[in-house]
Amino acid sequence: MKAEFFQPLSRALARAWPGFSQITDAVRLSGGASQETWALDAEVAGAAERLILRRAPGGHSSPTAVPLATEAIVIETVREAGGKVPRVRYVLKEEDGAGQGYVMDRLEGETIARKILREDEFAVIRPQLAAACGQELARIHRVETRALAAVLPTVDGPTQLARYRAIYDAYDHPDPVFEMAFRWLEPRLKPPAEIALVHGDFRHGNLLISPLGLEAVLDWELTHLGDPLEDLGWICTRSWRFGVTARPVGGFGQLADLLKAYATSGERAFTIEDVKPWIVYGSLKWGIMCMTMYQGFRSDGSVERATIGRRASETQWDLVRMILHGEL
Amino acid sequence: MMDQPSVLELVEAVRNFLEQRALPELKGHTRFHARVAANALGIVARELAEGPTAFNREAARLTALTGGKGSREELNRLLCRMIREGEIALDDPRLTAHLEATITDKIAIDQPGYTGGKAAGS
Repeated sequence: MKAEFFQPLSRALARAWPGFSQITDAVRLSGGASQETWALDAEVAGAAERLILRRAPGGHSSPTAVPLATEAIVIETVREAGGKVPRVRYVLKEEDGAGQGYVMDRLEGETIARKILREDEFAVIRPQLAAACGQELARIHRVETRALAAVLPTVDGPTQLARYRAIYDAYDHPDPVFEMAFRWLEPRLKPPAEIALVHGDFRHGNLLISPLGLEAVLDWELTHLGDPLEDLGWICTRSWRFGVTARPVGGFGQLADLLKAYATSGERAFTIEDVKPWIVYGSLKWGIMCMTMYQGFRSDGSVERATIGRRASETQWDLVRMILHGEL
Repeated sequence: MMDQPSVLELVEAVRNFLEQRALPELKGHTRFHARVAANALGIVARELAEGPTAFNREAARLTALTGGKGSREELNRLLCRMIREGEIALDDPRLTAHLEATITDKIAIDQPGYTGGKAAGS
């Protein structure tokens, strides 16, 4: 459990957090070479605190992700606006000598889709999750963006489509279904009527759910300013339904329930037709991300990446069902 | 040329070994990756068995659809260019029938379990 940054981290927390005495346990949860997530247990004023440390040892984590310090600013802004996010306890400073990152509360819940969709303890809450997602997205999308504009990029639908077109073109492995999807989307993925704070990866894995409901929205590294329909579409993307195709919202709910709760909680009323291009875009985007996995495999030989490369066909199947058959 | 066992039989044998003998002895990440590896061999086995017929059918449809000549890859590139430049309508029934048939064959090789889910209303 010991890592070289524990001492400087403990010293920094002791300075900033009244009553903080020590880190009692630390388990590395995930992350690659550039970014780490740790579960920390700490003793503060005689009580046990459960914490998460997000850390990039050498600075910036990935070209598409926002810096961790920006992530912390967005999470705190969302929390102050009443959103369900963990409380940020401390943002590392350069002089702390522990890398870039921040410490936040570790909340209880489940993020694994198969458990949330199949296990009995979630049976009661499952039918209410679509509305819970609608309420939460309405809160996020209502956050005042003026102050955030200084730290977040604005990336709307047409910009994203052009970006993914460039990535796909660079792989030089054209596919007729993806070509069809680009052409279908170009006139339909329009610039937003109004720019909002967008989570950018609102789907299973990043939604902390307990038998009582949606506890928190995690993993804000892809957050940006853009089209609120992006988040509504991404949670409905077929790849995140895990076999429960007839329940478009994460495999647990109906789109009408998501949109109704969203409209009731916020000021925007969207229709299923408004969201549909973003659901289609979600499949195209994940399909191209599968192609990116193949590029990763070519450099590291990972069997896992190799098989994800072949999952591009799942997204092509979904694109055919949605574009040619009008399914959702 | 030694052709017994066939490559398909060899791949199936390795896959069975992974699934039935190796996997139960493994734990954690290694177990997960062994399962992924066994699934990858499933793709290989299905493509060995069904690929040649599927690829021939695809090439024949591409030739008829594009009026071009060349390998399956070259014909696919030609069709992609036609779609991209609007030389073929997205609702052209010959195009939609081709895409439908191609992805049906492809998903049967890559992920045959994926198409089972019942869709939401259109």
